[in-house]
Amino acid sequence: MRLERRHESSRIALVLAPIGAVLFTLLVSALLVRWAGAPVGRTYALLLQGGFGSVFAWSETLTRAIPLILTGLAATVAFKARLFNIGAEGQLFAGALAAVAVGGMHGGTGFELSPWLLFPLMMLAAAVAGALMLLGPALMKNKLGVDEVVTTLLINFIVLLGVSALLDGPMKDPTAMGWPQSVSLQPDLELGKLIAQTRVHTGLLWAVSLAVCVWAIFKYTVLGFDIRAVGANARAAAFAGVPVTRTVVMVALLSGALAGLAGAIEVAGRTSYVTLDMSPGYGYTGIVIAMLAGLHPLGVIAAGVFVAGVLVGADTMSRAVGVPTYIADVIVAASLIAVLVATLLTQYRVRVAK
Amino acid sequence: MTDLLDILSNPAFWVAVLRIATPLILGTLGVLLCERAGVLNLGIEGIMVAGAFTGWLAVYAGAPLWAGVGVAALTGMVFGLLHAFLTVGLALSQHVSGLGITLLATALSYFGYRVSFPKVNTPPTITPFAPMDWLPVPILNAQTALTLFALLLVPAVAWVLYRTPLGLALRMVGENPQAAESQGVSVAATRTGAIVAGSALMGVAGAFLTLSAFNAFFFNMVNGRGWICVALVVFASWRPGKALLGALLFAFFDALQLRLQQSGDAVLPYQLYLMLPYLLSILALVLVARKASYPQALMKPYRKGER
Repeated sequence: MRLERRHESSRIALVLAPIGAVLFTLLVSALLVRWAGAPVGRTYALLLQGGFGSVFAWSETLTRAIPLILTGLAATVAFKARLFNIGAEGQLFAGALAAVAVGGMHGGTGFELSPWLLFPLMMLAAAVAGALMLLGPALMKNKLGVDEVVTTLLINFIVLLGVSALLDGPMKDPTAMGWPQSVSLQPDLELGKLIAQTRVHTGLLWAVSLAVCVWAIFKYTVLGFDIRAVGANARAAAFAGVPVTRTVVMVALLSGALAGLAGAIEVAGRTSYVTLDMSPGYGYTGIVIAMLAGLHPLGVIAAGVFVAGVLVGADTMSRAVGVPTYIADVIVAASLIAVLVATLLTQYRVRVAK
Repeated sequence: MTDLLDILSNPAFWVAVLRIATPLILGTLGVLLCERAGVLNLGIEGIMVAGAFTGWLAVYAGAPLWAGVGVAALTGMVFGLLHAFLTVGLALSQHVSGLGITLLATALSYFGYRVSFPKVNTPPTITPFAPMDWLPVPILNAQTALTLFALLLVPAVAWVLYRTPLGLALRMVGENPQAAESQGVSVAATRTGAIVAGSALMGVAGAFLTLSAFNAFFFNMVNGRGWICVALVVFASWRPGKALLGALLFAFFDALQLRLQQSGDAVLPYQLYLMLPYLLSILALVLVARKASYPQALMKPYRKGER
């Protein structure tokens, strides 16, 4: 088997490839639905309905999409420069914790300041906390050649244990009846609702505008050019005078900050305090979203909403027909692999020859 | 201080060290085989979950224990083939393919578990491997046959790698695929073989958890052991003997952490002890990184005729 580069790949094929791949995934996943003993058509209909079939479904999907878009952006920025940041999960928790440390209730950990000052301070703290989590691995990769995939992964475990220790100890809410959760955020720091009577909060505007910012950085700035150059070939970029180390550091700060903000926005928009289960793996799902979007910042919005819809829809579907919710994770993971293959086929022709 | 001596002089402690080390030895050898051929396999975490699940499910359904181990190995091979197809056949990013396989294998296992046991809260148990009481060697005779298998596998892998033409081809493909191809070695076939064999070991590493260390399948039971294997291979500079050493050292600190936690007079929050293995892994990576001799073609896809 060998691959031949296509001379040109049509734009239509580039858009249709991911859609075809997802449809293919749904077709294969139908076997699992049959195995679980449920009717395929009805299961998928319920999944779609639960994710996108009503105002309530949309509001839940969009709420879930907010952290996913942000962690998806974090992965996009890093992967574009070939910095494989698998640590968004830990960075998210670091950001969430920093947000509560700055903006927690008086008498807890927070500061006594006007919310006009405190809100930006809280967001900044979260961004810095997330960024610092990635700075170490990025420098270790660049200076010592330590693979960042392994270090960022291991740091996730360390951060989660650290959060667990803090929620048991110094940052524990004394009024939480023994539950390991942090103090709540000061109410005037919480994000407002975007749609009344639902859980969708203005964090969605944050996520979308940050996606546009990242897109603009990629498209219109020198940094964006440098990121693409480093991602394409670091050695050639260095030879051409691109400041590789500085670019990698900037990428790490930007990517970590985005994941940190995901944590702060979850706290300010949805939970109002930090618990260990506030993220069911948003950091890891963000990687899938970035790949589904083909590392395009605006595509991340669409991919984030799609994945959120599948996850939310699976909950409703599972209650109705009893297919385990893990089907959503299977669909998301299989879509990732299928989209990778489909995208490759738009660029290469496979020749089976010997 | 006397506490520490008490712990170290207790044979039960060393039994625990060897038990904790076993899946790490198997997994690290699996990663080592893949990486020596030039392919990173981050699918390990998920493949271990899948091996733990299918091996256990087979035994639960009535298969003998060793057949369960075989099923786990076969599961690993299937995911290994998928990884080989994506990374060797299609030359996709090894990082992303591996992560995708981890997510897929984990999700499939959890889905399969929930479909098989929809309403069960306490997981059903099996009778795991029995310790090898008949062995006249202390500590080892408290282990099961899978531990002995893992220990014997270390010299076996070293022998294949350094003393057979197959091993030579495998290392060549990982160092300089162009040269290997010009010597008539098929890069694609060798890499595929290495990934499939390595992934089989990862599956068995997972099965050790359900068929020997515990007697049931739990969610999150692999809990990062796969990632630690990936770190251990770097620590071991891609050498089987050092991989054994690394796994034992790592297990030593993990077992120590457990004992210190249990001894009750722990001054620090227990989470800090649990962090120790991960911190140690990072430290090991940093210390070894400078003089590490990566297989030269690691993570570089090879396309025939392309440079």
